[in-house]
Amino acid sequence: MSNMMEIKDLQAKIGDKKILNGLNLTLEKGKVHAIMGPNGAGKSTLSKAIVGHYDIEVLGGEILYKGVNIIEKEPEERALDGIFLSFQHPVEVAGVNNAYFLRTAVNAKRRHEGKDELNAAEFLREMKKQVETLGMKPDMISRSLNEGFSGGEKKRNEILQMQMLSPDMIVLDEIDSGLDIDALRAVSEGINSMKDGERSFLVITHYSRILDYIKPDYIHVLKDGKIVHTGGPELVAQLEEEGYESLGEA
Amino acid sequence: MPQQELDKAVSGEYALGFEIDIEQDTVPPGLDENTIKFISAKKDEPEWMLELRLKAFEKWKKMVEPTWGHLEYEPIDYQSISYFSAPKQAPDSLDEVDPKILEAYKKLGIPLEEQKQLQGIAVDAVIDSVSVKTTYSEELEKHGVIFCSISDAIRDYPELVKKYMYSVVPVTDNFFAALNSAVFTDGTFVYIPKGVRCPMELSTYFRINALNTGQFERTIVVADEGSYVSYNEGCSAPTRDENQLHAAVVELIALKDAEIKYSTIQNWYPGDENGKGGIYNFVTKRGICEENAKISWTQVETGSAITWKYPSCILKGDNSVGEFYSVAVTTLAQQADTGTKMIHIGKNTKSTIISKGISAMKGQNTYRGLVKMGAGATGARNYSECDSLLIGDRCGAHTFPYLESKDSVGQVEHEATTSKISDEQLFYLRQRGINEEDAVSMIVHGFCKDVFKMLPMEYAVEAKALLNLTLEGSVG
Repeated sequence: MSNMMEIKDLQAKIGDKKILNGLNLTLEKGKVHAIMGPNGAGKSTLSKAIVGHYDIEVLGGEILYKGVNIIEKEPEERALDGIFLSFQHPVEVAGVNNAYFLRTAVNAKRRHEGKDELNAAEFLREMKKQVETLGMKPDMISRSLNEGFSGGEKKRNEILQMQMLSPDMIVLDEIDSGLDIDALRAVSEGINSMKDGERSFLVITHYSRILDYIKPDYIHVLKDGKIVHTGGPELVAQLEEEGYESLGEA
Repeated sequence: MPQQELDKAVSGEYALGFEIDIEQDTVPPGLDENTIKFISAKKDEPEWMLELRLKAFEKWKKMVEPTWGHLEYEPIDYQSISYFSAPKQAPDSLDEVDPKILEAYKKLGIPLEEQKQLQGIAVDAVIDSVSVKTTYSEELEKHGVIFCSISDAIRDYPELVKKYMYSVVPVTDNFFAALNSAVFTDGTFVYIPKGVRCPMELSTYFRINALNTGQFERTIVVADEGSYVSYNEGCSAPTRDENQLHAAVVELIALKDAEIKYSTIQNWYPGDENGKGGIYNFVTKRGICEENAKISWTQVETGSAITWKYPSCILKGDNSVGEFYSVAVTTLAQQADTGTKMIHIGKNTKSTIISKGISAMKGQNTYRGLVKMGAGATGARNYSECDSLLIGDRCGAHTFPYLESKDSVGQVEHEATTSKISDEQLFYLRQRGINEEDAVSMIVHGFCKDVFKMLPMEYAVEAKALLNLTLEGSVG
């Protein structure tokens, strides 16, 4: 099976507003898929639907992950099965130590996979290594989860979690927003280090900038709750020049 | 998250609701002079103690039950309560402690047998109206530390008791303190001599067992000049449909340069979701600090149907320090009205108040605190922080901070926040593979962190486990 995820005729609403109108999308194993599209097209809704966010009501269609429909699954089940979302706005949780939180998450996943849990020392060794690679300050390990982190620090912390959890299907919702050039490079390198020919990536972005760093295999254009166009990386340049209006129904 | 799921996650089963099946001597319900004479005789008290009790009773009869608490409950019928109950044959040595009591205490995590006693923690075990066993008393005696039941202290150390009892909480301080002064049964007496650092943690474990019985303990901790003691209390009660009254008085005396650290883990039976059953917990706790002394109250309140409790500090001596760290949890239909009073009298006195209220289901949580700066309290400082966390939307949090300052002496800082466990926070943790129950617990623990770190280590572990039990329930 060469597909990680197949989304078929997905229809979803938030509140009274229907956002996804029969969205079809196939994500291949080991490939980087980028989703671009104008504001309000449904990009974030798509990412939320994949992870089972409580805002989203799915009205129809299916999301097959590794061949199984996950529409009815709890968010934590999807996470344990290897779906990871890098949040656009990571939330702050006061008093919860970053390392403690991440170790709990990592060990929940290890238990789920039938592996031994990591003890605090083993875990910290691994975490410190990644923190250094990502150019994060060492005190990020012991600070409260995202509390008082700058925008860039929050995004790096998302990447750190991604690396430690080593998921199979990675959804990045505007990982590039609010990043300066150094942070963008560090975050992109973090993402690229995860490419192993097996994992799939879904990169949701407004800007082509990050796509210079994370070379996508496919570009999908999302408009009015549907994928209206799919192409190769060359599509980025066309979109930059002509905008979304140039692309009609696929 | 749907309300139903949330409720499931926060309606923990009460784990200590078992009954100890022992024969008890219980007086019939009712309160008059004869009841008080009976209690005093049972305890083999000297005449002076009985006289003090009877005087207190006369005063109590003229007092009115306070209604200013943010609490709703059926009026208490003081004639329907039994004021004395004790396991039959009060033991003089461990050999005579009923094996069922030993078993029960073991179940509560407090083994009383010589070989199995907790390391580094001396325990006074109280069931209903009597102390059944005090561990390590002899060991402590070598350091001059007195650690015994208040009944023993009245007989063995009358001068100390006369000097300090009612000295911080006078008989007529309030309705419940007056009632306690008349009918108090057992509690703990602690005296730390000059310059002695108490070599182990002292603790009292209160267990209500008998039906329809009130528990009225009285505890006095005296830290003489330059001494230090860390004292902890725990408590629990059987699961019953009837409400039971617990009205305790605690007096702390920290003399010059002394320090008392007083920690409470309160886990009385909370009643059920509809407000049926549970302990009514009306408690007066107060300490006085002489020059340079320090009193630190730390409380974790998870139990009781009603909690009415304001551990306070009178900062009489110059440079004395008062602290109050509190976590109060109300879930099911629990109501708590709790806080502290910091009375600054001496110069350069300092107080810190950190209060964390957590409300879930139909729980109502009120912080009520007073910071008073007396005319002579120049250079005095207070810092208060009161945070409330709401889980779900049927619970409530209320904050009543009062400030009285003569001539604007002293410096007072107050911060208050109310937040809801946000769906965003829960979802974030769940997206990382942490189940809902663990996610709620993680957020709540994060919220309580500043208070838990003030508890002695063994008790911090217990408090965390208790919080999980209270809030997590049996999901999964």
